[in-house]
Amino acid sequence: MSSDPKIDGFELKPGFRGMASDTGSDQTMFKGVHWGKAMMWIFLVSDTFVFSCFLIAYMKGRGSTPVEWPNPSEVFALDAFGVPVPLLLIALMTFVLITSSGTMALAVKYGYEKNRKMCGWLILATAIGGLTFVGMQVYEWSKLIHEGVRPWGNPFGAAQFGSFFFMITGFHGTHVSIGVIFLFIYAYKVFAGHYENGGKRGWFTTMKGDYVEIEILGLYWHFVDLVWVFIFAFFYLW
Amino acid sequence: MSDEYENNKSGYQAQSSEAITGSAGSTSPDIDYVRPAELPEQDLYHGHTFITKWVFCQDAKVIGVQYFLTAVFTGIVGLILSWLMRLQLGFPGLAGFITAEHYYQFVTMHGMIMVVYFLTALFLGGFGNYLIPLMVGARDMVFPYVNMLSFWMFFVAVVILMASFFVPGGPTGAGWTLYPPQTILEGTPGSGMGILLMLVSLALFVIGFTMGGLNYMITVLQARTRGMTLMRMPLTVWGIFTATVLAMLAFPALLVSAIMMTLDKVIGTSFFMPTILKAGEVLEYGGGSPILFQHLFWFFGHPEVYIVALPAFGIVSDLISVHARKNIFGYRMMVWAIVGIGALSFFVWAHHMYVSGMNPWFGFFFATTTLIIAVPTAMKVYNWILTLWRGNIRINTVMLWCLGFIVTFVNGGITGIFLGNVSVDVPLSDTYFVVAHFHMVMGIAPVMVIMGAVYHWFPLITGRLLNETLGKWHFWTTFLGAYSIYFPMHYLGFIGVPRRYYEMYDSPYMTSAVGMNEFISLAAFLVGAAQFFLIFNVIKTLKTGKRAPKNPWKANSLEWHTSTQPPEHGNFGERLPVVHRWPYDFSVPGAKDDFIPQTTPPSEMVHTKVEKT
Repeated sequence: MSSDPKIDGFELKPGFRGMASDTGSDQTMFKGVHWGKAMMWIFLVSDTFVFSCFLIAYMKGRGSTPVEWPNPSEVFALDAFGVPVPLLLIALMTFVLITSSGTMALAVKYGYEKNRKMCGWLILATAIGGLTFVGMQVYEWSKLIHEGVRPWGNPFGAAQFGSFFFMITGFHGTHVSIGVIFLFIYAYKVFAGHYENGGKRGWFTTMKGDYVEIEILGLYWHFVDLVWVFIFAFFYLW
Repeated sequence: MSDEYENNKSGYQAQSSEAITGSAGSTSPDIDYVRPAELPEQDLYHGHTFITKWVFCQDAKVIGVQYFLTAVFTGIVGLILSWLMRLQLGFPGLAGFITAEHYYQFVTMHGMIMVVYFLTALFLGGFGNYLIPLMVGARDMVFPYVNMLSFWMFFVAVVILMASFFVPGGPTGAGWTLYPPQTILEGTPGSGMGILLMLVSLALFVIGFTMGGLNYMITVLQARTRGMTLMRMPLTVWGIFTATVLAMLAFPALLVSAIMMTLDKVIGTSFFMPTILKAGEVLEYGGGSPILFQHLFWFFGHPEVYIVALPAFGIVSDLISVHARKNIFGYRMMVWAIVGIGALSFFVWAHHMYVSGMNPWFGFFFATTTLIIAVPTAMKVYNWILTLWRGNIRINTVMLWCLGFIVTFVNGGITGIFLGNVSVDVPLSDTYFVVAHFHMVMGIAPVMVIMGAVYHWFPLITGRLLNETLGKWHFWTTFLGAYSIYFPMHYLGFIGVPRRYYEMYDSPYMTSAVGMNEFISLAAFLVGAAQFFLIFNVIKTLKTGKRAPKNPWKANSLEWHTSTQPPEHGNFGERLPVVHRWPYDFSVPGAKDDFIPQTTPPSEMVHTKVEKT
C-alpha cells in the first residue's frame, strides 16, 4: 500500500537483483517493512502449515475409510422455496467472506490516507461481515447436527466425515472469530484516534500505534479468507 | 609472505573506498563509512518493580535465563527418570516400586522431556533469547511483550506436564512417539488424564514457541545493527535462526496431531483409530488411520532432531573458533550447510517408519534423502577439524567439550548411516542400537555443546569465571561415563536386545546382556552424579568465584563488547555498535592483538592482512 520506501544511503534495485542486494545488505532484509508486518507474514506461513496438515490429514482420512464417504452435494443442500439447492448456504457464506475482504482492503487504503472515519466504518463493516459468516456457520452446524451428523458418526456414511468437517471448519471458524474480536478492537482504536499524532502507547509495552497495524490485521483477514477457499474446495466440491 | 600483505593491502583499500565513495582514493576516512541507521532506536519498556524486572520481564536476557532455568529443571527431572530406568534394567526387581507400568511412564516422560522441554527450550528459548539480540547488535528482541508471553506459555506447559505425574493413573506411558491406537486405549499406563495433559501441554508449548520463534526470526531479519550483514553474523545466530525456521514449519504438524488425538480421546472421533476388538468386543472406534499419526508425528519429529542439532552446530563453531584462535574454516560453506541440512530435514521423516509396512519404494526414496544429509553434515565436521588444524588451541574446559562434541557427533552420525538404510534398519529396528544412535547424536552431542556454552558464556551472564579444575573433572567424568553407557548399547542392539522392554524375562539375551546392563547402569549413575560438579561449580562461583575480566576469552562477537559486563537492559549503552567485519578475525598477521573485534573500523587495521572482512 505504501509507496516505495526511501532508504538513506541504499539503492533499491528491481527484480532478483534487488532481492540479492537487499539480502546482502546490513540492518534489514525486507527494506522499509514494519516489524509487525514481517511478523504477520511469517506467522501466516506457519499457520499455512497448520491448515495444510489438517487438509492433508483429511485427504488421507477420506481416502482410507472402509465405509463410503457421504455425497457432499446432498448433505450440504439447502431447501429454497421447497427446492433443494446444492451449496446454496456455502455460496452465500463464501460471498460474504470475500466481500468482507474487499471492505478490509478499503479500510487499509483509508487508514494510510489517515481518513479516520472511513477507515473505522470499513473495519466495522468487515467485522460485521465476519460475524455474519460465523452466524451462518453456526446455522450450518446446527442443521447438520439436527440431521444426525456427529463428530463420531453420521447417518450418511463414513464417521470421519463429521470428524473432519467439524474439526476443520471449527478451527477455521475459530480463526474468523478471533479476527472478528480484533476487528472490533481495532475499529474502536481507530475511532478513538490511537493511531493519530504519532500514535498511542500500548499497555505494558512501548510500542506506539500506527496505521500499519490495520494492514497487518488485513493480512490476517485475507489469509483466513484464502484458507476458506481451500476448505470450500476440499469439502464441498470434492 | 610480507610482500603479499602489501599487495593485498592496497588491493583491499582501493576496492573498499571505490565501492563506497566512487573515487579511487588510496587512504581516506571514507573507508570506515557505514550507511546510516534505517530505523529509529527501539523504545524499551524498563521494569521498575521486582515483578516487572524479574518475573514478567520484557528483557530478552532475563527471559533467556528464565527459559534456561526452567529447561534445566525439567532436564533434571528427565535425568532422574533415566536413573530409575537404568536401576530397573541393570538390577531388575531391586527397586520394588518400579512396576512395568511405571517403567513405561518413565521411558515416555524421559523422552518427551529431554527432546522438547529440555533441549528445544534450552537452545532456542535459552540461548536464542540471550544471544540473538546481543550478537546481531539489537537493543532487545523486536517484540519484548510477546517474548515475555512466550516464556510464560512455556512455563504453563511445563507445569501441566509435571502435573501429569500427580493425576490418577499417572503420566502417559505410550512411548514418547505417542503412537495410536494404544496411546489412548485402556491398559496403556496414563491413558486417562495422563495423555490428555501431555497433549494439552504440547499444544501450549507449540503456541508459546511460535510467539518466541517469530521474535527470533524478525530480530535476525529486521533488527540487525549498522554494518551487520547476514554473512557477518556469528554461526551461533545462523544455527538458532535456521532451527527456528524449522520449528515454525514443523511444530504445526505436532499441533495438528495433538488436536486430532485429543478429539479421539475426548469426544470419540476416529482419526487415528481403526476398528478394534478388545476382549471379544468391538470398540466404538473404527475407520481411522494410525499410520496418518506416524506421518504427522515424524514430519514434526525429524526436523525436531535438527532443531536441536543446528543451534549446537552453530554454537560449537563459534566456541572452536574462539578457543583455537583461528577463523572458522569455510564460513560460507558452514552457513549453506546449516541451511541445506535444515531444508533436507523436511524430506526424510519416513525413515523412522521403515517397519510400518510402507511401500519399499517409499523406503528407498527416504533412505536416499537421508543419506544425502550426510554430505552437508560431513562438510561441517571437516570444517571444524580444519579450524582446529594448526590453530593456537587452548585446552580449557570449553575446548574439551567442543572436542568431545565432534567425536561424539561423528560416532552418532556413522551409526545413523547404518539406520538410514532400509535393509540394515529393519533388523536393528527397536533394538538398543537405535537407543545408542540417537542418544549419541542428539542427546550427548548437543548436551556437550550446552556444557561448553555454559562455561564459555557464564562470565558474560554473571561476571564470574567458572572454576577450571572442577570443569575438567566434570568433562572427563561425563565424557568417559557417557561412552561407557552408549558404546555397550550398540553391542546390545547387535545381539538383538529390544528397547522399551521392562525386563529380559527368560529370553536368550539374559546371559550375555545381564553383566553389560549392570555396567551401563553403574555408568549412568556416575554420569548423572557428575553433573553435580557443574551445579557445585555454579554455586561456588556465584559466591566466591573469580571476577571475570572484560571479554575474558578475547572474542570478537558483539556480546562481549557491551557497555557493561554483564550487559544491562538495552545491551549497548548510549550508542549501538557499528560492525565492520565478521566475528572470526583471529590471529591476523600484522594485527596488534590476536583478535579484532567486529566493531574495529578498517582504518585502524590498515597494516594488517584483513582490513575489512
